[in-house]
Amino acid sequence: MKFLISMHINPAVLDALTDEEKEAIGSGHGRFIEDLRASGEMINTQALVDPSQAAVVKVRGGQTVVTDGPFLEAKEFLGGFYLVDVEDRDRALELAAQIPDAAIEGLGVEVRQVMFYDGQLEA
Amino acid sequence: MTEPDRTPHEVEGLLRELAPQVLGALVRRHGQFEGCEDAVQEAVLAASVQWPAEGVPDSPRGWLVAVAQRRLIDQMRSEHARRERETAHATEIVPEDVPDTDDTLVLLFLCCHPTLTAASQTALTLRAVGGLTTAEIARAFLVPEATMAARISRAKQRIRAAGSRFELPEGAEREERLRVVLHVLYLIFNEGYTASSGDELDRADLAREAIRLVRMVHAQLPEDGEVAGLLALMLLTHARRDARTTAGGDLVPLDEQDRGKWDRALIDEGTALVKGALADTTLGPYQLQAAIAATHADAAKADETNWRQVHALYLILERIAPNPMVTLNRAIALAEIDGPAAGLAVLADLDGDERMSGHHRLLSVRAHLLEKTGETDAAYEHYRAAAKATASLAEQRYLESRAARLKR
Repeated sequence: MKFLISMHINPAVLDALTDEEKEAIGSGHGRFIEDLRASGEMINTQALVDPSQAAVVKVRGGQTVVTDGPFLEAKEFLGGFYLVDVEDRDRALELAAQIPDAAIEGLGVEVRQVMFYDGQLEA
Repeated sequence: MTEPDRTPHEVEGLLRELAPQVLGALVRRHGQFEGCEDAVQEAVLAASVQWPAEGVPDSPRGWLVAVAQRRLIDQMRSEHARRERETAHATEIVPEDVPDTDDTLVLLFLCCHPTLTAASQTALTLRAVGGLTTAEIARAFLVPEATMAARISRAKQRIRAAGSRFELPEGAEREERLRVVLHVLYLIFNEGYTASSGDELDRADLAREAIRLVRMVHAQLPEDGEVAGLLALMLLTHARRDARTTAGGDLVPLDEQDRGKWDRALIDEGTALVKGALADTTLGPYQLQAAIAATHADAAKADETNWRQVHALYLILERIAPNPMVTLNRAIALAEIDGPAAGLAVLADLDGDERMSGHHRLLSVRAHLLEKTGETDAAYEHYRAAAKATASLAEQRYLESRAARLKR
């Protein structure tokens, strides 16, 4: 089963961390990535640039309007994700708990299953 | 070299058939399953390039054993396998005493080792027994090749760590391990039959591959009723392949399928198999599921289905292998016999079951039965809730359309 584990970051929380804490997050992700690759569960992982660098695109009456800044006025933003292929939901939750962000007050790690195309109707 | 006119497709079929035999021969001679498995994979890859171009050697099996053996020795000697040279000279190597035993079963037991996750068991089985390449397996499961390669290599490390021996388990353990093997083959089939996006052809291949593997097991264990039952179940399910989706890819429920599109040859074979198994062997869940599929296949039209027989079979299945999904299916059958209220009463028993709480199948079956009793609003809410709960886009689309139909 494929799951998206997304890291929701709060820039204010990240800014308030000490250098050691920031360093620990970085190396924690490094180890996590290494383990995921070795276990054959990693599909992809990406980190996103700071939300201040985002642009919002809208088309209104045929006119494209581009505005700077994130779409939502929020404290938390999508900071990056892991796309994993795991045995079941419990394993995805177990992996999420290993992500350093999960242990930091004010940061969130979210787990959602990826939809697949086909399905089964009959018994 | 003889038979130079084999197509790549025919070569592929031959290689898949030979791969487990070659691997078995190598492991018997050298031990170390892990290294042998890598060596056979490389030999198979080499043959898949060389044979269609240059012809299939007189003894394909001997050629593969010789090449794989060279690779293995190379691996043992140095990390830098001298690949090109070995392949070029392989045809000159006279194969030594290749043991003439078929180790397919031993390999299956090993690949479906109980310490592995289901995902690892299926991947390793497809590679070591099915003779598929890592790239093919990765494509079928829609993951990057590196992911699949890591998964397979981790699985082999685990088998080694478990200290597994290259022999058939005995007695009760054998029986238990065979159930795991059959479950893994069932999962491979299901992956091909029901799941996921991606290339349709690849998915159908997985179902066919599972059928091929179960045929191999059935040939070796013709007396085992559950092996026969699983093969029958796969054939009877695969027979409906062309009828279960529209041209646009939408799912078609069993009662609306064009039964003229069902594959009669597969149905006949599956039906004969399950009848034989039910008559001559110990009863088991796969035989019962196959018998249910055969009952459906027996009806020329949906409204000619023998629901009493279907219900009776689900009752027995519920007794020997209790599972909320079986109860759910029995509710559908009972509703066909005694009306939707009787089906809903069975569903009520499942409400306390934690495994089914919020499950889209429970929601959708309830919606269906509520629709039949005329409780349109409740049916609508349940279809919508089921659509939210499923992870399948095709099911979601179907459930949304059922809901929309009620509001028209």
